[in-house]
Amino acid sequence: MKRLVVIAAALAFSLALIATLLELPAATIDLRPAVAENLAASGVAHPVTAVLLNYRGYDTLLEIAVLLLALFGILALGLERQVCTLRAAERPLQLLARLASPLMVVVAVYLLWAGAWRPGGAFQAGAVLAAAAVLLHLTELLPGWLQPSARLRWGLAGGFLLFLGVATAMLARGALLEYPPAHAGALILLIEAGLTFSLGLILAGLFLFMTCDEGGD
Amino acid sequence: MTSGLLFAIVGVLLFTMGGAGVLLLDHLLRRILAFNLMGSGAFLVLVGLAQRHDVADPVPQAMVLTGIVVAVAATALALALARRLHALTGRMELPEADDD
Repeated sequence: MKRLVVIAAALAFSLALIATLLELPAATIDLRPAVAENLAASGVAHPVTAVLLNYRGYDTLLEIAVLLLALFGILALGLERQVCTLRAAERPLQLLARLASPLMVVVAVYLLWAGAWRPGGAFQAGAVLAAAAVLLHLTELLPGWLQPSARLRWGLAGGFLLFLGVATAMLARGALLEYPPAHAGALILLIEAGLTFSLGLILAGLFLFMTCDEGGD
Repeated sequence: MTSGLLFAIVGVLLFTMGGAGVLLLDHLLRRILAFNLMGSGAFLVLVGLAQRHDVADPVPQAMVLTGIVVAVAATALALALARRLHALTGRMELPEADDD
């Protein structure tokens, strides 16, 4: 009964929404000209990176804070230390992982650098770094993480703190996160490098803190 | 019909499928996956609608990029909570309310 009601309601909802989409009038606000006009002053040549790191820097700052908060939540829940024996990874697999992971680091750096003028940027680069860490863990070359050490804590929070530091430093000249056009490119690259490093650690931590550690304490 | 509009319509379908899944499925892992499906549908609607006249708009794309990362973090937190529940009670379903 409940199933039928929910399915009927979902169908009706999607039909109504699609009917609305088909007759939607043109948007009254068009932000594309505003983005294109200010692109020269933003420090980067790719509009999405300009929106992320310059025009809407607030969102990105809060986003990395949310990521950090999710990781804190996971750590606060307590990690149950169940020892489970993963099947020993095979030699060729380990060899491939060893070959792939340095390449993935290079790809991450390239994505970070390319973000200035084409699709790419800190989040994509961080995701590739985290994927490299997960790959190394799944092939048993990198053990799961126990409690975060002091160094790891600084690494996890470093990107956010760097971003916050740059944002506050801009207060002295006017507004939060308002970069001077002459240095905007360098500042964005600095922030993105910090974000990439921390994001890679945070995203890897979301996996590596939760995974069961083989023969752990 | 432009491809952007088609993306938005597929996004609506994904969103409602995910919504129905959240309401109907009891297993927490499936429910988390259904919730992710809802999120992906919403992202597809945002990006698709913004380029329904075949010109991409960078602002919604940047917003969706932010949203994807937040969704990943929320999913990880949800999975950690579900794992905790499994460790404490041995079940992957939420307890039924008595007055249901």
